[in-house]
Amino acid sequence: MPATRPSHLALSVLCCAGALFAASFADAARLRQQRAAAGYEMQVLVRQLQLTDLCLFTEARYTRHPSQADLHSPFQDHPLALEHFPSGSLLLPPAILSNHYERLDRKAEVPD
Amino acid sequence: MNVWIEKQKYLIDFTLASLARRKAKNLGLLLVYALIVFLLASVMLFTHALRQAANELLAGAPEVVLQRMVAGRHDLIPPGYLERIGRLRGVQEKQGRLWGYYYDPVVKANYTFMVADDRALAPGTLVVGAGLARTRGVAPGNLISFRAYSGKLFTFSIADILPAKSELVSADLVLLSEADFRAFFDIPPGHFTDITLRVANPLEVRNVAGKLAQQFPDSRPILREEILRTYDSIFSWREGVVLALATLALLAFAILAWEKASGLSADERREIGILKAIGWETGDVLRMKFWEGALLSLSAFLLGYLAAYVHVFHFAASLMAPVLKGWAVLYPRFELSPVIDGLQVTTLFFFTVFPYAAATLVPIWRVAITDPDAVMRG
Repeated sequence: MPATRPSHLALSVLCCAGALFAASFADAARLRQQRAAAGYEMQVLVRQLQLTDLCLFTEARYTRHPSQADLHSPFQDHPLALEHFPSGSLLLPPAILSNHYERLDRKAEVPD
Repeated sequence: MNVWIEKQKYLIDFTLASLARRKAKNLGLLLVYALIVFLLASVMLFTHALRQAANELLAGAPEVVLQRMVAGRHDLIPPGYLERIGRLRGVQEKQGRLWGYYYDPVVKANYTFMVADDRALAPGTLVVGAGLARTRGVAPGNLISFRAYSGKLFTFSIADILPAKSELVSADLVLLSEADFRAFFDIPPGHFTDITLRVANPLEVRNVAGKLAQQFPDSRPILREEILRTYDSIFSWREGVVLALATLALLAFAILAWEKASGLSADERREIGILKAIGWETGDVLRMKFWEGALLSLSAFLLGYLAAYVHVFHFAASLMAPVLKGWAVLYPRFELSPVIDGLQVTTLFFFTVFPYAAATLVPIWRVAITDPDAVMRG
């Protein structure tokens, strides 16, 4: 019996890995379907309780509810305090604080 | 065609034999390469799935949240605000929300206390998030005590625990009745944390927010659109740890490719010289080395990507948990719904496979076009 050629072995391994790569997309679709119920449950909870944020970082109030935070909350301890919670390095400040693309408040109407 | 395929197979045979001669070095290279792809792909898959989850879940958040600001800080809504909003055109529903934070010194964790009007909780009872129940070790029927900021001790009975599957939005929640909330935080009747407004027509939301800002100069309207944008930029590649990680991975990758592109070892040079001397053409040498680069980079990409997929969606990105957890005691357990962005995967493929394959070819080409005798003599 002839020995398996290394090229055949390598190409078979690559084909298997390629098939697994394709299978990851099918698996993703399967998992999405499986986890849809939990997603729906959370959507209902968000609507019922009028939640505004994900519970990702509970270490500080401005990281627990980043969308509701004010500009000063990360620097609340004393006037020169720098933001020191680790999750502060993972989150951008809320969009409302960093990007006023339209006049929504009186800001522009009050003379300097 | 068959001849061409057979030739390529022989070239691959030869390449593999050549790689096997430097087994330890090449295996190490493959592992490091796969690890870089794994890191990048893990962050990419996790952040994309999280952004999608935030988009889907927070689509049900109130269209407008009205906060009152005092000296740049979020403050309580005083009595009369809700009534003064009156009947704004387009507003379907308006409601004062009561919620706040509580630091539990027992486990050193922060909780979010919230009034759940629709649950009609009996005074003295709580519904808590699954994360909190796990951290404090409580079950329905147990009693739990919290010392209020006034110093008074309040004891509640756990009526229920929120579903564990909803931890991504509810891990730290403590739901209680309005009377209990007001008594616990000493908030007089008529005051609220903020006001939420439901607006049926999405085109009306900005008008409503504009009118609110005009009517209440001390307030700040937060639109759902802005909440969604906050989460859309979460873990953006331009910031913090993600940027550091991506930069490090790319630098490591650049070193890897540079090491390959900057020159060949004496062994490799001699090998090419011998091949040329026994009759190999420059094209054959290039093709052989192309296969070497392609096999290595493709294997590393597939290995790294598959490991990242399993890590993020089957093991809940457990290796990333310490980074996400930070100093938090209470961390939600959640499984993200896998959403894979084809464009992101393609970008990762092009940025990891092609530069390496190209980097291996340049020095080989330089050596392969020189005289075999000169190459072998060094």
